Amino acid sequence: MRRAALAILACAMTALAPTFAAGWDVGALMALLRANPAGRAHFVETKEITSLLDRPLESSGELTFTPPDRLEKHVTSPGDERLVADRERLVIEQGGRRQELLLADYPQVAVLIESIRATLAGDRAALERTYTLQLSGDAPAWRLVLKPRDAAAAKLVTRVTIEGSQARVQRVAVEQADGDRSLMRIIP
Amino acid sequence: MSARRGLAVALWVAALALCALQVARTRFVADLSSFLPAAPSAEQRLLVEQLRDGALSRVMLLGIEGADAATRAVLSRSLAGRLRADARFATVANGASDNLARDKDFIFDHRYALSPRAGPDRYTAAGLRSSIGATLALLASPAGVLVKPLVPRDPTGETIAVLESLRPAQGPRTGDGVWVSRDGARALLVARTRASGADIAAQAEALDAAQRAFDAAAAQTGAAAHGARLAATGAGVFSVRSRALIEHDVVRFSLLGTAIVAALLLAAYRSATALALGLVPVVSGALAGVAAVSLGFGVVHGITLGFGTTLIGEAVDYAIYLFVQSERAERAGDAQWLAGFWPTVRLGVLTSIAGFSALLFSGLPGLAQLGLYSIAGLAAAALVTRFVLPGLLPARFRVRDLSGAGRVLAAGAERARALRWPIAAAALLALGFIASRGPAAWDPDIASLNPISAADRALDAKMRADLGAADGRHLAVVRGASLDAALEAAERAGRALDAEVAAGRLAGYDSPARMLPSAGTQRARLASLPAEGALRANLREALAGSALRAERLEPFVADVQRARGAAPFTRAELAGTTLEAALDGMLVGDDAHGWTAMLGLRAAPGASLDAAALRAALAAVPGALLLDVKGELDALYAGYFRRALAMSAVGLAVIVLLLFAALRSPARVAAVMAPLVAGVAIVAAGHLVLGTRLSILHLVGLLLVVAVGSNYALFFDRLRRAPAAVERTLASLALANATTVASFGLLSLSSIPVLHAIGSTVAAGAVLTLAFSAALAPPAPRHA
Repeated sequence: MRRAALAILACAMTALAPTFAAGWDVGALMALLRANPAGRAHFVETKEITSLLDRPLESSGELTFTPPDRLEKHVTSPGDERLVADRERLVIEQGGRRQELLLADYPQVAVLIESIRATLAGDRAALERTYTLQLSGDAPAWRLVLKPRDAAAAKLVTRVTIEGSQARVQRVAVEQADGDRSLMRIIP
Repeated sequence: MSARRGLAVALWVAALALCALQVARTRFVADLSSFLPAAPSAEQRLLVEQLRDGALSRVMLLGIEGADAATRAVLSRSLAGRLRADARFATVANGASDNLARDKDFIFDHRYALSPRAGPDRYTAAGLRSSIGATLALLASPAGVLVKPLVPRDPTGETIAVLESLRPAQGPRTGDGVWVSRDGARALLVARTRASGADIAAQAEALDAAQRAFDAAAAQTGAAAHGARLAATGAGVFSVRSRALIEHDVVRFSLLGTAIVAALLLAAYRSATALALGLVPVVSGALAGVAAVSLGFGVVHGITLGFGTTLIGEAVDYAIYLFVQSERAERAGDAQWLAGFWPTVRLGVLTSIAGFSALLFSGLPGLAQLGLYSIAGLAAAALVTRFVLPGLLPARFRVRDLSGAGRVLAAGAERARALRWPIAAAALLALGFIASRGPAAWDPDIASLNPISAADRALDAKMRADLGAADGRHLAVVRGASLDAALEAAERAGRALDAEVAAGRLAGYDSPARMLPSAGTQRARLASLPAEGALRANLREALAGSALRAERLEPFVADVQRARGAAPFTRAELAGTTLEAALDGMLVGDDAHGWTAMLGLRAAPGASLDAAALRAALAAVPGALLLDVKGELDALYAGYFRRALAMSAVGLAVIVLLLFAALRSPARVAAVMAPLVAGVAIVAAGHLVLGTRLSILHLVGLLLVVAVGSNYALFFDRLRRAPAAVERTLASLALANATTVASFGLLSLSSIPVLHAIGSTVAAGAVLTLAFSAALAPPAPRHA
């Protein structure tokens, strides 16, 4: 019920947002995304870790974003796992254990979290601190390619591709330098 | 000059030379540990040792304030980097984990000996399936990039399990990658100095180095660092500050006290020669006092020297009595003065010495120093006044006749007599008030001896709380003959505490056995690892149907086999890790005296520890003690307080006995004691009314009031019998009182509690006992 309300609200926001094609650039995309209220969505993710695993890991669950910087990923299958990126911290709850990491201490993790979180928040400054941005398409179907600026991060992550329509983020694809890759689809 | 006087002067010169020689080789100290009680029980001794120069004393907490959060984080990293390169610091932690590579390597290499989850069930097919399943789930998360490199060698996640067990349950908050206070307004660092906290010179250097490193870091950071400040706290920092405070106050008050007393004397005598001669007993007394303390204690405390100014106030009185009271002013020190006044002065000196003896036996080394210093100093000053000073006086020596001032005083004293009933009433009221306050009149907190300002102590407490360090107040202490026995005991205590944690009565605890498990525990953990064939079979079964194939885990099989054959690691192998520094704070001792393990206990936020429940839980562990650090220190202090009270009572009794022996009349003794009792009662009640609870130092001050006031009362007793010299006697008493009040009053301005409490008590007491001596003196016999 609540999710439906959020979706309607999101659509309404989208309709109201400035979608004139003439001004379509990173700034316009960010303005659209910034207008997003807090919301939840389902996700399905596949992760290929070719160096270790014979087949992709699949997981699904719920994604909750509270602007500007709280992102919760609740994996409900397989198992039950919760990841909360809140400001500078990452909390991982798994099998009754709770672990807390500082994103600043783990740039490899931070670079991944930040790509999604800053995009959802429409935080251009944060994105540009970490990545070079390249936007293509138009408002109904856009694609934002992020490449890490930091050399150390670039050794881990080659690029993050985010696709969406209007203010909705639909796919996040991560390509890692060692050939591992993941694709997350977000379903409202 | 007669031959006898010549001999006295020669002996005096020789004694002064010997004293000077002793003083020249004296070591002066300024740390406050002498004012901490010497602890009687083994646990308390350990505690005081730890506080003085153990690992606890080496911790320096640094805070960076001002500027913005990002700049503070930059400064924290830069400061930590600089201090790590400084040989004066053993370890520096600021929450940034870039410096923990050595720790991570160590933990990874010894994960099977360290892992609290090790056990036979862990490596069965079912155990492996569960632990590897959890690792795969983690691998799918963003944090997966962290564990991915570890998986082939550590698929069961032991490294993470160990890291978790070592992390304090409530570590410090972090902001911008470094530790920050709960409100985020301060970046926090914890440094450990190599030098012990008792080595104040080295601590001062370390503090200085930290400040310089911070200044350099701020200069490098540029304009953004403008307004950033470094705050430092910790036992060593406090010692450095106390010393600076003591040195500052001692120098300032000694110089000022001397100047004021000299000005008073010059105004009274109008003769530079008289002033110089008047200071002869003072200087002799000070030299003798320092020499006596140096001989008796090996070292002389800065506070003892600061106390020296008070000696000026009392020792200068003897020369005043000699100069001013002599009948024939042109020939002071003649036989008549010696016959008439000297016995009174002598009795005053003896009562003072009886009073100071209470300090000598107080059990607090610092106060015993003050006692010895005063006894030796006063005795020397009195002897010099009696035997040497008369021989030094020039043939036509005279001071200004103060009879005029004396007449005014005599008239005042006469009028003061009208006040004797109000004074008696006030004294009774004061005694009643003190009695009504009961034990609340006494300050049971050892912090009353601490010269560190309340603001500094509050900052220290706040920074400790922010660091989430075990509060340091409650410790579970276990002992063992060997290091390993102590670790085993710590493990037993840990199991008892685990139950308390599970029951919610305890938030957590730190144990040295987490970093360095006992050899037995390590062996048991390593022995629970399966042999190669069994492990492969279990892995195959556990990974059936999994995306992870057993072949990928060959490095794991190899590591497990290596670990099975490994010997338990020892303390030496922790060298260079931050674990070593943490362990140093929890595990102390040597093989000759045994080892002590200290487990710091943490209360849940906002709750206090239930000491009784914890004691009951620890009762199951042989030899385990729950140590309440502050409680123990306060108990120690209370013990010394009781002893000091008892010694004061003895001192008072000795004074009364002395008076009986000299005056041989209960009525006269009562007349002498009445102003002293009234003065002491009203000063003590005054402190309470002003909101100051009486500490052991006020007690010392009250003893001094008795010592100083007894001189006044004795002179009034003498006046009753020989009223002829009344003007001169009163003038000399007023002058002596003025010098005492000036020097002690000056001490009351000191920010050091020891000096402030004594100064304010004695200055007020001296004025009151003189006034009361005048008012309460029985009227002179009629025939005068």
